[in-house]
Amino acid sequence: MTKRLIAGTALALMAATAVSAQDGITITTYGGAFGEALNESLAKPFTAETGIPAMMVDNSDPPAKLKAEVEAGNVTGNVFDVEQSDVIRLCDEGLIEPIDPAMLAPGADGSTAEDDYLPQALHECATAIMVWATVIAYDVGAFDTAPAKVADFFDLENFPGKRGIIKRPKYALEFALLGDGVAPDEVYDVLSTPEGVDRAFAKLESIKDQVVWWEAGAQAPQLLADGEVAMTLAYNGRIFDAMVGEGKNFGFVWDGANLDMDYWVIPKGAPNMEAAQKFIAFASDPARQADLSKYIAYGPPRKSAAPSVGTYKDGTTEMAPYLPTTPENAESALVNDAGFWADHGTELTERFNAWLAG
Amino acid sequence: MTKDAMQTALDPHAAVVSEASGGAATLLTTADGQPLARALARSSARARRRAFLLVAPLLLFVVITFVIPIGQMLHRSMYNAGFADNMPQVSAWFQDNPPGTPIDDTAWGALAADLKAAAENRTIGIVGTRINYDVPGTRSLFTSTGRKARDGFEPPYRDALLAADAKWDNPTLWRAMRSASSAYTANFYLAALDRTRDDEGSVTMVPERQQVYVMLFKRTLGLSLLITGMTFLLGFPIAHLLATLPMRKSNLLMILVLLPFWTSLLVRTTAWMVLLQQQGVLNDIFVWLGIVGPDGRLQMIYNRTGTIIAMTHILLPFMILPLYSVMRTINPSYVRAARSLGATSWTAFRRVYFPQTLPGLGAGALLVFILAVGYYITPALVGGSTGQLISNMIAMHMTETLNWSMAAALAALLLGGVLVLYWVYDRLVGIDNLKLG
Repeated sequence: MTKRLIAGTALALMAATAVSAQDGITITTYGGAFGEALNESLAKPFTAETGIPAMMVDNSDPPAKLKAEVEAGNVTGNVFDVEQSDVIRLCDEGLIEPIDPAMLAPGADGSTAEDDYLPQALHECATAIMVWATVIAYDVGAFDTAPAKVADFFDLENFPGKRGIIKRPKYALEFALLGDGVAPDEVYDVLSTPEGVDRAFAKLESIKDQVVWWEAGAQAPQLLADGEVAMTLAYNGRIFDAMVGEGKNFGFVWDGANLDMDYWVIPKGAPNMEAAQKFIAFASDPARQADLSKYIAYGPPRKSAAPSVGTYKDGTTEMAPYLPTTPENAESALVNDAGFWADHGTELTERFNAWLAG
Repeated sequence: MTKDAMQTALDPHAAVVSEASGGAATLLTTADGQPLARALARSSARARRRAFLLVAPLLLFVVITFVIPIGQMLHRSMYNAGFADNMPQVSAWFQDNPPGTPIDDTAWGALAADLKAAAENRTIGIVGTRINYDVPGTRSLFTSTGRKARDGFEPPYRDALLAADAKWDNPTLWRAMRSASSAYTANFYLAALDRTRDDEGSVTMVPERQQVYVMLFKRTLGLSLLITGMTFLLGFPIAHLLATLPMRKSNLLMILVLLPFWTSLLVRTTAWMVLLQQQGVLNDIFVWLGIVGPDGRLQMIYNRTGTIIAMTHILLPFMILPLYSVMRTINPSYVRAARSLGATSWTAFRRVYFPQTLPGLGAGALLVFILAVGYYITPALVGGSTGQLISNMIAMHMTETLNWSMAAALAALLLGGVLVLYWVYDRLVGIDNLKLG
């Protein structure tokens, strides 16, 4: 009995290592609904088309895992999903492989990848997976007239009620400046000056006693649903899930949206490089990118993919109004500048935390 | 040597036999004629080896999972070779020239050559990140200059670099580079204590609006002590009840204590959110009872109160269980004897019962306190702006700013603080009096 058990375990272990080390690839993502959507829209079709097994691995912090693996010289993952700020850092520190844009698929209209991808979506070490946004979401029942502008978020008189804001200087400070009337393309110039930082904190100070600070993305829709806040900053995907999936009566304000992207990267010295590159080329296909929006409310990073975006997996909800990449939604949006945060993140986070506690 | 003979040799009683039969021998020998001392040493050495083999797996486990990582963490908190390794020429110039030397052409040339090499080796980001820890905003200076450096700079290097970016002339930047040119540094500890070095190199406080770590250390210490006190006040009567009730009732009660203990930490934290939030169960009940008006709902979560309540509840079993295991062994006749000798119930409790529970109380208090000091997820979720602890900053440096040296320095200070308190505890209570069960 014991022998059989040992033999069985050994076989299972061998099978598992065979998949991860030889012909297959592992795709490390933040998991959750996004991981599932990637599995449905990318990993499964990839395996069906190429015969290369693709295994999804959930991790709460893929860049930290990537850094640890490369520094330890024991890279097990092939492809990682990381955020923009991490791309810059990981690439500068030489922890990820360069990606040649020539290997990416051409646009749906025949344009080259360089022309077709949105600004900042192509990086020398990464290609964007999707575009998401931090937006204002509100409880439709809480207000007589719906808020429409960023300034309404800071207007406690006409729009009374508690506000939810992410407990991080990134997004919160840019948002405060937008609320103070700074144009989206000037936000980071203003925030680079000490006066600009003071201005952002002063704006937040004006509503500080009405703010509920949230930490995890899932908290924002929950705070809205419980009536804890009337208006909150939230990730657009989470609010979409609450509206369409759970039928909540929430609304979006696209003014002041902060666009951000997730990227595919390959760790330096990753095994099975060829399959990983194949996967990234496969994922750059505009049709595949449009297909992702079928499972989750994130927009495609290629312009030529936007028209192909159809309905949600329920078959009835048109996705375009919920996506940050739809042209009318993106009009007054700010594209997050990860380079700025790589330079000033520590300093501003310390000041932000001191300000919060004070 | 046959097996029988060996067994005889190992048998200490055999020596007695041999001595008895051998008569007046001066040297004690075993049955097969070996000196007793040697045989004994050999057998006990073998026993020690076997015992060591038994604990070897555990020892290995402790070394690999505990000693090495903590050692690495401590090392990382004062060692960062990001600059020294990747900028060798300018680092060497700093070694050769004492502080205060004017920056000459050699230094500018070394800097230009190092920047070019670092850009080609893709290590420029590491260098920039290291200097950015000390001078915020300089990371992009390195990476942008690095992009221009790939084609190489022409002498005079000072003019070439200043043409690439005028910020290279900043004396603060050069002082930071000099300090980073040696891989060992105390700067992360200074930063973890809200201190920095000014342009003359002496230690000063950072601007007041940046001061956050010392305040968080104090808050972590204060809240942990408070939570330890709360778990004692709540846990002591429950443990006493558990220890004195008849078996059937106490088993039922025990399940009530253990059930939350077995439940996921996240579930318990979320449950407190549902209970305590402004539109939550407790506030609804208060409004229904008329204790507060519909507009006066209490803010009991997303602040320090929420952190204290949730953490007290989550850590309560760690106080109750050691207390219970000690109380169960306390003989009730001692208290009865005290009462029969005329002690009031309060005196009997204070002088007879309570001192006997101290080993369990000590263990519980130490457990709760040490766990509370390192608590992370609960304050992150329910702490709002005023319930954050130092562990939240450590996590931030681990996962967001990726400044692991800073995270290590904060963690090392926390570890040092806990060790000092452990030492104080040992002096006051005595670690021998600890009883975990």
